[in-house]
Amino acid sequence: MIETHLPVAIVFTYLLFAVIGTAVSFRNKDWAQPLAVLGAGVATLFSIIAFISFLNEGEIVRYWFGNWQPPVGIEFVYDGLSGFISLVINFVAFIVLWHSGANAKAEFKSKRHVYYSVAMLLMLGFNGMVMTGDLFNLYVFLEISSLASYALIAIGNKNAPFAAFRYLIIGTVGGTLYLLGVGFLYTITGTLNMIDMEAMLPMLMDNNVAIAALVLILGGIGVKAALFPLHGWLPDAYTNASSTSSALIAPIGTKVAAYVLFRVVLYVYGADTFESMIPIDYIIGLLASVGIIYGSVMAIGQKELKKMLAYSSVSQIGYIIMGLSLMNPFGFAGALLHVLNHAFMKACLFLVSGNLRLKLGHTRVFDFDSSVAKKQPWTMFGFTVAAISMVGLPPLAGFFSKWYLAIGTVQNSNWLFLAVILVSSLLNAVYFFRILEKVYTNKDNPADLDLDAVEQDEVGFNGKAPVMILAIGLLVIGLTNAAIVGFLFNIFPG
Amino acid sequence: MDLQLVPLLAILTSLAAVPFILLSDKKPNLRESWTIIAAVVKFLLVLTLIPGALEGKTVALELFELAPGLPLLIKADPLGVYFATIASGLWIFTSFYSIGYVRGAGEHKQTRYFASFAICLSSTIGIAFSGNLLTFIVFYEMLTLATYPLVIHKETPKAIAASRKYLTYTLTAGLLLIAATAMTYIYTGSIEFVPGGVFGDTQLSPLLMAVIFILFLGGVGVKAGIMPIHSWLPAAMAAPTPVSALLHAVAVVKSGVFAVIRIVGYVFGTDVLAAYGLNEILIVLAGTTIIVASLMAFAQDNLKRRLAYSTVGHLSYIVLGVALLTPLGMQGGIMHIAAHATMKITLFFCAGAIYVNLHKENISQLNGIAKVMPWTMAAFTIGSLGLAGIPPVNGFLSKWFLAMGSLQGDVTIALIILVVSGLLNVGYFFPIIQRAYFRKGGEELDHHGEASPFMVVPIMVTASLSVIFGIFPNLFFGFFDLAASIAQTLFTGGGL
Repeated sequence: MIETHLPVAIVFTYLLFAVIGTAVSFRNKDWAQPLAVLGAGVATLFSIIAFISFLNEGEIVRYWFGNWQPPVGIEFVYDGLSGFISLVINFVAFIVLWHSGANAKAEFKSKRHVYYSVAMLLMLGFNGMVMTGDLFNLYVFLEISSLASYALIAIGNKNAPFAAFRYLIIGTVGGTLYLLGVGFLYTITGTLNMIDMEAMLPMLMDNNVAIAALVLILGGIGVKAALFPLHGWLPDAYTNASSTSSALIAPIGTKVAAYVLFRVVLYVYGADTFESMIPIDYIIGLLASVGIIYGSVMAIGQKELKKMLAYSSVSQIGYIIMGLSLMNPFGFAGALLHVLNHAFMKACLFLVSGNLRLKLGHTRVFDFDSSVAKKQPWTMFGFTVAAISMVGLPPLAGFFSKWYLAIGTVQNSNWLFLAVILVSSLLNAVYFFRILEKVYTNKDNPADLDLDAVEQDEVGFNGKAPVMILAIGLLVIGLTNAAIVGFLFNIFPG
Repeated sequence: MDLQLVPLLAILTSLAAVPFILLSDKKPNLRESWTIIAAVVKFLLVLTLIPGALEGKTVALELFELAPGLPLLIKADPLGVYFATIASGLWIFTSFYSIGYVRGAGEHKQTRYFASFAICLSSTIGIAFSGNLLTFIVFYEMLTLATYPLVIHKETPKAIAASRKYLTYTLTAGLLLIAATAMTYIYTGSIEFVPGGVFGDTQLSPLLMAVIFILFLGGVGVKAGIMPIHSWLPAAMAAPTPVSALLHAVAVVKSGVFAVIRIVGYVFGTDVLAAYGLNEILIVLAGTTIIVASLMAFAQDNLKRRLAYSTVGHLSYIVLGVALLTPLGMQGGIMHIAAHATMKITLFFCAGAIYVNLHKENISQLNGIAKVMPWTMAAFTIGSLGLAGIPPVNGFLSKWFLAMGSLQGDVTIALIILVVSGLLNVGYFFPIIQRAYFRKGGEELDHHGEASPFMVVPIMVTASLSVIFGIFPNLFFGFFDLAASIAQTLFTGGGL
């Protein structure tokens, strides 16, 4: 059966393209991007096939490397959650890489062969983290993806290396905390396999080591997910990185970390065990709430579009973690739907910023005027749709994740979280409508601007089409979310 | 034709016109034809639903699921058909009027204007035909979004300030509505609109019930202009006059009061509200709004702002009628939706015609204009008389039922408010008429005549309709019977 090999095939595809990408494009750098797109395309195709066959068969695929059974060997586990996440990240990576050609040429022309290989390694790490059924193996993939992302972020403007270095320091501490937590768990359970651990942990819940391990893992992965107050590295990293790097890492990097939190909290530990512990779920919910408000408020204060989007990411990751902390099906489905929505919205917005950098030459919010919309109508259309979805207006996708999160909080009678979700939408409206006002009205037009003389100066097809696909995707997700959420309800553990 | 699809088609007609409007950007006449065609088709589609509605029938169509277990439910019940008839009917006149107005006033970005207008109408009819709260929210927020380009249309600092205010109010309202809907969904398991409501079997603490009700009120009260959350409406007068006429006197604000009826009659149910005594909140708010808004209308010299405050007051007539929780009060409230619509749209049309023709916006400048614009001012007089509740204009009839409703419910204070407010209406409208007819105008009026027929004909039609419906309330559409039967279903404890 070919399906059983697909989870491995996805990871292997990226490895393959990382190697052949550099080799082939070493002389002619123009080959680098198409090859990376092909790699991500093949991986997306594999994800789609694997997902469809999972939907049909409904069986969890466990792949034992070298046919060594756990706990001795390492296994990949393809279940609903990992399948869903891998589909999302591979598709978005495919779109972003497809779009990246022009920006890459403009921003780091001579380094493209290395760049795209590293990008493939990044995706390899992400997919490995999602697929693996082994906590230590997850650490290995985490480090692969982290190293790749340090490199990708360092390629950017003159502040980028510093931002990357800062991320490296903080990220390494995070990774180490995670490893320490896994070590603690190993000492009390004697296994690193997630499924084995899932069976053993309920008996060990009064053991303080299990609690300490959870706190360490949450802290470590919290850094990667940019969970408030561990988000400090993110805004600078996203802002200073090249357009393509931020578009690639922002929509999916933090999501994969959030996935690890879901996996550890809801699967390895299990929702029930939290009742017998200190209220860790409530604490992460509170942190997420603070992050939601903090991120939105900071986003309002930014003058640079990319930095605004970065702070908005801090806020949006809060939605996802808050959904997790609710530990009910609505919160779970809302959070995972938001993983998908936010991946689309943020990718779309960062691609828009890439398009603006390319044609307009800057992304300073306060220098926008209505000539922007005239020059780049398609790009700004994509921006508008994604912005409205971020604010959470129906029938776009963003509304529905908000809706499920809202009913999740009501079910737990958690009024504080409900208020946070709603207030944050308003704050989103402030910083997005501010831009819409600038580019679609004459409000801030300089006196010497002759709008009639402004010619359309839009990016090419490969710049427009990905933005449009993501924008239309937001409408499609919004209208078909019932099916997606139905699926997510089904895979809610317990 | 399969009647089931009619409500959906009625919603989609104007949405389908949007691409055509956008594509005819460079050909104004073609572009406006699309608007007119869509308006007429939409109205005809809604008309086919009236016979069924008069028999109390409901046409329902479940489309795909918006969320698991919550379909996009299109349901044309009598109340929905009633509201849709008014909104789509008046859109036809507004479309003709718009053509005269935007061309006369030389407005910019007319394509954006007509496209947004069409989306607004789709949303409004969607609101009328929403079968559950989630569907309702979808259209309600669409309306918010589609109105935004119209409020900001002039792009002057004033218009931009107004649009920000508008968004702040309406987006906040949308969020409160989501919160209230989420709570209703979790506590009752259903968010469908059913006569008698969904809270019947749910035992909740009075505090929680009050919180949910107030959240709902916050959600729909903004568009319904209930004080103290009304102030976006006078600010939104920065929009072009046809927008003020159709959206800020009919579609948007009536969506708000329509939603109040939905919440009171179809989510909570009149029995439940009475049992918890929650309608008293609404009586106090609406009563205060009527008086305060009328008083504030006096202070406005800008004609459109005076009309806006008058709208705030009259919207609360409807809310008050609903809050009385008596069949006659409910009937009066529902009747006032139609009555206020025809009268206030007439007045706004007049204000727009004066602005385009004479470039006058303030009441103090209106001396003697009846001489040059006799038709317009005649219509203005009819609308003013009606709003003051003087027969034979239709405003009298709805007010009569509101008054009977307050007696039926033994709420004497409501009756007093209605009477006082009638006097206040006379107080702030008649000086305008007096200026126009009996004061001598300046020399600048000399070379002006009546406004363009595109504007005057709609004005005359809506003014005539106000009188006709005052004398024959059942003519054409059976508005009177509809209002009466809707009110009945909300009090006999159920229906279908």
